[in-house]
Amino acid sequence: MKADPRGVLTGTHFLDGDHACCEGALAAGARFASGYPITPSTEVVERFASRVPTVGGTFIQMEDELAASITLQGAVWGGAKAFTVTSGPGFSLMMEHIGYAAMTETPCVFVDVQRGGPSTGLPTLPAQADMMQARWGSHGDYEIIALCPNSPQECFDLTIKAFNLAEEFRVPVMFMMDEVVGHMTEKVVIPPADQIEVVPRRHTRKSVEEYLPYGTNGDLVPEIAHAGEGYKFHVTGLTHDERGYPNMTPQTQDKLVRRLQNKIRAAADRIVMVEEENLEDAEVVVVSYGITSRVAQRAIDLAHGRGLRVGKLRLITAWPFPDKKIRELSEKVRAFVVPELNLGQMAREVERAAGGKARTLAVTHAGGGVHQPEEILKTIVEASR
Amino acid sequence: MAKGRVSIVVERCKACGFCVEFCPTKVLALSSAFNSKGYHPPHVVNPEKCSGCDLCGMYCPDFAIHGHKIAPAGKEVASEG
Amino acid sequence: MSDLVNPVEQFLRTDRMPHIWCPGCGIGTTVNSFAHALIESKIDLKSLALVSGIGCTGRVAGYVKLDSFHTTHGRAIPFATGLKLANPKLQVVVYSGDGDLSAIGGNHLIHAARRNIDLKVICVNNLIYAMTGGQTAPTTPDHAITSTSPYGTCEPAFNLPHLVEAAGAVYVARWTTFHVRQLARSIAEAFQKKGFSFIEVISPCPTLYQRRNKLGDGLDTMKYYKEKSRVKHGAPTSEVGLTMTGEIIVGKFVDRDRPDYQTIAHSQFVEALGERFVEQTETVCS
Repeated sequence: MKADPRGVLTGTHFLDGDHACCEGALAAGARFASGYPITPSTEVVERFASRVPTVGGTFIQMEDELAASITLQGAVWGGAKAFTVTSGPGFSLMMEHIGYAAMTETPCVFVDVQRGGPSTGLPTLPAQADMMQARWGSHGDYEIIALCPNSPQECFDLTIKAFNLAEEFRVPVMFMMDEVVGHMTEKVVIPPADQIEVVPRRHTRKSVEEYLPYGTNGDLVPEIAHAGEGYKFHVTGLTHDERGYPNMTPQTQDKLVRRLQNKIRAAADRIVMVEEENLEDAEVVVVSYGITSRVAQRAIDLAHGRGLRVGKLRLITAWPFPDKKIRELSEKVRAFVVPELNLGQMAREVERAAGGKARTLAVTHAGGGVHQPEEILKTIVEASR
Repeated sequence: MAKGRVSIVVERCKACGFCVEFCPTKVLALSSAFNSKGYHPPHVVNPEKCSGCDLCGMYCPDFAIHGHKIAPAGKEVASEG
Repeated sequence: MSDLVNPVEQFLRTDRMPHIWCPGCGIGTTVNSFAHALIESKIDLKSLALVSGIGCTGRVAGYVKLDSFHTTHGRAIPFATGLKLANPKLQVVVYSGDGDLSAIGGNHLIHAARRNIDLKVICVNNLIYAMTGGQTAPTTPDHAITSTSPYGTCEPAFNLPHLVEAAGAVYVARWTTFHVRQLARSIAEAFQKKGFSFIEVISPCPTLYQRRNKLGDGLDTMKYYKEKSRVKHGAPTSEVGLTMTGEIIVGKFVDRDRPDYQTIAHSQFVEALGERFVEQTETVCS
């Protein structure tokens, strides 16, 4: 369906990533956010607090991230599209509730504007070191979707995509920004509402008698109902059956947890988004995401200038990881070069997926700034030897 | 003639004894029978004393008993507590 | 001769009976009072949502036939806050235990009371962490034996009515599971109240708290409640602290009025934004 025009600030703007993300959420139909201040993410909800009373919705600043990360889920079950924003230390606090959203299949978005870590780290400086945490941070087996914008424009566009994926798959989506993308100001074009596709809530049309809160008919994603509609359903974080009732047996656990995994994995082809360039005859492929992909582009251009056959693979979705793409490329290329603002996180995934058929060279950076293009170029040259 | 009647869901009872203790007219006692979990459910020993007040129902933590009034014409009336 | 149905049955997920609570546990008794309050208040069950945390009392959510949410430990109140803010037409009840609400959930309890979020909180206080095997809770009376204080606790028990009154709750009451009718009445009163309402219910945990402290079984505890309770409506909450074998002050302690969070927010937006303010409408998502 089309976006609700009340939330769409159509026009050409000059915004930073944080502000653009807020506009993306509003355009996607988000009408609830619960937050807690943390640099460098706070501007997202500051803008939301200012905008949402003029659009028709609610923002509440909660007393901590433990609260913020579940208040938004209460709002989802009350009928709203909802999100929260945070950075490293807050992301860590939110992990239990990311798991709760995955287990109860609550569609929602968690924005992490990554900064230097671990612990308090570098509050005002970038890193990309929460990437594994985004995937594995909560306990137990579950799958999430994670998106990595590399510009304020993408902070707008991909936030809408994040909400759409959350609704389609009834899953918490991690929106992995970084401090540079969040605080850099660029042109952001917001189209008219009727040019923006939003995915509606997967609301059941079944009668009260027929509806099973966690029943699926072949499709791996159940239909949802909201509180107040007469369905009298039960939601629990305990292992549950199709009625939503706690059922703590290995059989029920197996059925439930595998479905939670499969609903994402079986649809990986539909979910995975990458940007590719010059892969056909590449000898080396640079795999990057977020702000690092902007620097990597310069390094790739410099490499082309030297006659090197270098391709680009930019991860727009970091999770699910594009296993298939890497596997295919590993048959043809000599090496993958993976620059990241961390000591090697997605590089491990590349190496795993490449299965030893091509080398993986990580260009690590402890965070606090961005790579120099020459650092990445140096490794591209080494990989091309 | 009793003003009320008690009904007991034997299988839910865990023999806590609340209903026996707090019935104002001592209608109940724990029986020597067992339910399938091995508990002794209550039984009615003084049916004519039952007023249908449903205090037994309000106290029962297991939703295993309730009392309802019988109207003078002998018609059963649901308790509203 | 047909037996008329227990009026509480309509609120139960009877397909899940018998429940897991121990013989002599008082949680089921509180559910009876809750059910009777629903009947008396003629609450529209469709608009009622119940949110619980983790623990024995937290299991109430799974046994009631309502839109019910069994959330994470300590976080029923923030979840309930989100639910209520997104759909103000809902009547939202938080039904949880003393450890869940006052230990791990303590911060949220304080802030929701401060904000005066329109929630009805039923706190079943069995003075212990029961589900996990009987560990010390902030409400465990001092010198009590628990599994994590095998030589007796060294901490005074939290006085929950005092805490929530100080934080800003507009309705504060305490009963025990002996006071079945008074509890039902308090819950019904809370339903009529707009703002943060807190009802503490002292309840036996015969398997753990009572047993380890040689205080008898559930029935002994109910008799103790009967003997040692004193009804003192309007008592200063600073004076209603609990000890292991002392008096239990019960009653309605606080019943005051101040605007709830949503009322304040609404009037502030109207004042600040005038015509630019847009009411939160039906969800825009389906």
